[in-house]
Amino acid sequence: MKGAAWEQGGFHWEGGRPSGRSSPGVLLGIGFLLAAVLWPFVGKEYQVYLSLSFFSYSIALLGLNLLFNYTGLISFGHALFIGIGGYTAAFMTHKYSILSMELIIVVAVVLSGIVAFLTGLICVRYIKIYFAMLTLAFGMLFHSFLMKTYGLTGGDEGMRVTQPKLLGMDLSQMDKMSFFSGPYYFYSLVLFLAAAFLMWRIVHSHFGLSLQAIRDNPDKAEYLGVSIRRYRLYAFVISGCFAGLGGALMAPVTGHMDPAMVFWTHSGDMVFMTLLGGFSNFFGPMLGSLVFIFLRDAVSSFTEYWRFIFGALLAALVILAPGGLMGLLGKAWSSAAGPGSKEQAA
Amino acid sequence: MATLLNILSSGVFHASILFLVAAGLQLVFGVQKVFNLACGSFYALGAYLGITFVDAFTGAGGPPLLAFIPLLAAGVLLGALGPLVERGLLRFVYQRDESFQLLLTFSVVLMFEDVIRFFWGTYPRSPKGVYLAFGTLQIGGATIPVYNLLVIGASLVIALLMSYVLGKTRFGRIIRATASHSEMAQALGIRSSVVYMKVFTLGTVLGTVGGALVIPTTAAVSEMAVHLIVLAFAVVVIGGLGSMKGAFVGALLVGLLKSVSIAVYPELEMMLIYLIVIGVLVMKPQGLFGGTS
Repeated sequence: MKGAAWEQGGFHWEGGRPSGRSSPGVLLGIGFLLAAVLWPFVGKEYQVYLSLSFFSYSIALLGLNLLFNYTGLISFGHALFIGIGGYTAAFMTHKYSILSMELIIVVAVVLSGIVAFLTGLICVRYIKIYFAMLTLAFGMLFHSFLMKTYGLTGGDEGMRVTQPKLLGMDLSQMDKMSFFSGPYYFYSLVLFLAAAFLMWRIVHSHFGLSLQAIRDNPDKAEYLGVSIRRYRLYAFVISGCFAGLGGALMAPVTGHMDPAMVFWTHSGDMVFMTLLGGFSNFFGPMLGSLVFIFLRDAVSSFTEYWRFIFGALLAALVILAPGGLMGLLGKAWSSAAGPGSKEQAA
Repeated sequence: MATLLNILSSGVFHASILFLVAAGLQLVFGVQKVFNLACGSFYALGAYLGITFVDAFTGAGGPPLLAFIPLLAAGVLLGALGPLVERGLLRFVYQRDESFQLLLTFSVVLMFEDVIRFFWGTYPRSPKGVYLAFGTLQIGGATIPVYNLLVIGASLVIALLMSYVLGKTRFGRIIRATASHSEMAQALGIRSSVVYMKVFTLGTVLGTVGGALVIPTTAAVSEMAVHLIVLAFAVVVIGGLGSMKGAFVGALLVGLLKSVSIAVYPELEMMLIYLIVIGVLVMKPQGLFGGTS
């Protein structure tokens, strides 16, 4: 049954990802696109504003998951690249009055790529807990740099981010909310779609398949002529660029960048989102960021203790459903599709 | 000379607190192979409950000089969280990938952060009038708080006690056996689930006692957990994951570095520590005292 052809995820449990060519996948994609385009016209202004965080986190998580799922490396320091992208936007708009969003994005992606290359040279020499610790250390190194360079970055008070120009259009006469729920929304949506398409191509390319081969069996991959470290480094750089882009897109929305954006708990939140949606599925992290952002908003509207609830949720996910929401949906789908496909899903 | 002594004493004081938390981290990593981010939460909980206990103690007319009693009581009582977290959460993920173990302990950090907010609020807190009651000592022109010296002494006693328990007692042998060959230990009739629970509880108490002891000297703030985690992380990476000797030397190094850089060039403070962490990970990922693995 083609529609329910499931592939095994990277790690050893139930769950997997639906084949992209399957018809339910195409339908879901069209449905999402329609909903995303109509959303600013039907949703409340504030909720449309919230979905901007969804776009930028999703882009960053595409990068994080290239490492986590497809390369088998867990980064606990990816907020570093969100910070590079975000502070690039802050510097350019606020300090140098360069308001072109396109220019900001290019600079943010290039800078993130350079930083990812330099830190990656060191990080990809290790795997597992040592990789996680190194990325955490680099993230915190940048955090303490931001804290201590008060004159340059505003220290713990951070920097303001001025509203940018989109495609050369000066929209500063629009009020803030209609700018964000209008032009900026569609700008983010297009970038998000482009980033997702690009990442889809990357993970399904020869390069992406080599990464998965390295993850599953490094020795064998090396024997087959795949240069492990080089490929891991490429993955790290691409991953950093995506996170940098996410950060640059996020900065005008929050209007402010401060060191908390690169603190290690923010990196932890990113891994949380990825796991929440289901990291072994290409679309899982996006679902994760969507649910994380809107659920946090909903929960914190009735209790200030949303961290407790989210902590409990994370614990339950890790213990009971490591495949995340996509894993659960997949299970529900395969049991609905009949016993024949269940076997494949296991 | 006086400044040097001041730097030295404050560095060693920080080191002795860091050692306690890091020792708890090492113990759990050594036996269960889980990097327990929640060690910072235990530290923060110890600090907050310590304040509550000390304030109740002095409020009831207890002499401030005996503040060690309520502080240690707070730390030890919180040990009850050990079996709760270990049996309730951690034991389900021993067979899983490290990423999941790390995330599970991160979830504990999130939960305890709000537990602290719930019971103690978000304003900085500190116990009243304990620190000053201990007075100061004049040594070589430097003014050193007596309380700091007592904590350094207590931490040293705990370090010695730990090395005795781990090295010389039956319980210590069981722990070491489980750490190095858990299957073999199990085959010899050791119930690893019990060992895991005891080890985690011991690790918890080390963290909570560390937090309780530090609190007369500083204010408790709600971010203290997540800030301490990265310091403890630096200590164990520099010293070597899983090594007690590593925790001791790493704590001394980080504590002294922190106080030297604060005195000499405050801009460098934490950056220097992370640079050393990265340096150690690059040159000798197993740390200064880690095994050969």
